[in-house]
Amino acid sequence: MGPSHPAMHGVIRLITELEGEKVVRVEAEIGYLHRAFEKSCENSSWTQAMPYTDRLNYVSPLINNFGYCGAVEKLLGIEITERCKYIRVVMSEISRITDHLTCIAASAMELGAMTAFLYFMKAREYLYEIVEQVTGARLTVSYGRIGGVKADLPDDFDESLQGALKQVERELSEVDKLLTRNRIWVDRTRDVGVLTKENAIAHAITGPVARASGINYDVRKAFPYFVYDRVRFEVPLGERGDNYDRYLVRMEEMRQSVRIIRQALREMPRGAVSVDARGRIVESFDLVDRAKLGHTAGLVDVVSTVEPTLEGTQKRYQEGISPRDRTVMLPSKEDTCGNIEGLMNHFKLIMDYHGIRPPVGEAYFPVEGANGELGFYVVSDGTDRPYRVRVRPPCFFNMAGLHTMLEGYMVADIIATFGSINMIAGELDR
Amino acid sequence: MTQVANGGFGFFTSKLERVVGWARKYSIFQYPFVTACCGMEYMSTASGHYDMDRFGAGLPRFSPRQADVLFVVGTISHKLAPILRRVYEQMCEPKWVVAFGVCTCTGGFYDNYATVQGIDTIVPVDIYIPGCPPRPEAVLDGLIKLQAKIERQKQLY
Repeated sequence: MGPSHPAMHGVIRLITELEGEKVVRVEAEIGYLHRAFEKSCENSSWTQAMPYTDRLNYVSPLINNFGYCGAVEKLLGIEITERCKYIRVVMSEISRITDHLTCIAASAMELGAMTAFLYFMKAREYLYEIVEQVTGARLTVSYGRIGGVKADLPDDFDESLQGALKQVERELSEVDKLLTRNRIWVDRTRDVGVLTKENAIAHAITGPVARASGINYDVRKAFPYFVYDRVRFEVPLGERGDNYDRYLVRMEEMRQSVRIIRQALREMPRGAVSVDARGRIVESFDLVDRAKLGHTAGLVDVVSTVEPTLEGTQKRYQEGISPRDRTVMLPSKEDTCGNIEGLMNHFKLIMDYHGIRPPVGEAYFPVEGANGELGFYVVSDGTDRPYRVRVRPPCFFNMAGLHTMLEGYMVADIIATFGSINMIAGELDR
Repeated sequence: MTQVANGGFGFFTSKLERVVGWARKYSIFQYPFVTACCGMEYMSTASGHYDMDRFGAGLPRFSPRQADVLFVVGTISHKLAPILRRVYEQMCEPKWVVAFGVCTCTGGFYDNYATVQGIDTIVPVDIYIPGCPPRPEAVLDGLIKLQAKIERQKQLY
């Protein structure tokens, strides 16, 4: 079943041995989307590796960003601000919801339930609008920065997110009514593609696939990071490990994610400090012109403003999220364009062969990706480029165990099972 | 307008060409050859918010034998390139190819050993939609340009 196949999920080749309609043996051939992530990271600086991480698990890009940032921060030994941790948790959970929405939508469409696909795509659009409000992009965001995030949340974030969450919950309950007790859906997914607990542990499978088989392992609970130890949520567990359980686990995880987001929004420490009217305010190009002419009297008290298109990088948005570590976080644009210290700081962080330099060493930082434990192992040799960035891709182990879920079932079940493990080729092949 | 020396049938053949062009541009059956992140934006474009169906391109055919437009969506690696060529050759004339996303246009920022630096090295491309991933509005813009191209080209029968 070649790499170009009617299923909606990624490129993979399944070499199947059939006996009539029954599948006897399956071998998966991967590597059709190998894009040399790890090699590209070795050739780019620590911050330039961020866009590559977006495109790993491209349905939940923020989780990958924060995983990578967490690994480098661990290596550097810096602590991000409280508000930053809450922002990362909220954005990670939004990403998790988009991933599960896409997975269930695609699997539903493969089994013929087109309506569920369109409803979930509609819900996903609301979340994409939120992500775009915060980060500037819908999908490949590069929002994380080492030491924090790119910029603080916009002012009306709370209301828009609450509105989007209401829509998502409405779509969840709609599709729940359509699918969960639907005779056809249950017949096609119940007791199909069963993954036993022993097989799951043997293949190092984590995430919703393992939890549907009854293994209670969630990185957010086992090795809490950011503020996951402070929010209350439950981890749904399945019993049989069939496609139906995986579907139910994902639906429930989405509801739990919504719960986490609501708690985090309430408990988030206050952010943006308004520094607008402090001192006299002058446009930055005006400032530079005055300085060039030699009229420097009193300039040190002046606050420079920046263009509105640089919104998000201004001082009032940096206050809450900057860890005050000059070796890592970019200064605000007013400082960069306003005074020479800010400019030098910006230069030393951005230019090639300067940039951040973590000490020699290695660090492993696991996060709970939408498919399981997503780990980043970074090795530094003291230069401005990583020596090695290794990703522990959760899909790889899921795919390794796929043959146990397919053998013994029918050909038509291949697509259903394959869809339910949420194979994302960007993560699988890196 | 063909010459009067043809016996004056030029008017009818050119009108026929236009009608066939109009019919073909509004009934696009695409084969979405989806590999990577651009696939998510393809799904968004095909869904309710940024509908592709209103342009006549709402029914993807998941078999190249039944499709006329090949949407190459997402990075093509060297391992996948022969399969893309084979799929292209399996499609019947008339066929068009849309390079969706910058990885298919030029290789994107994957300038490395594993990625094909632009699918026009393998298949002839009609429309290039850059973006990483392109916004759905950009995809619809590309689709409209494809439709204009289909309408005005010399029709093959």
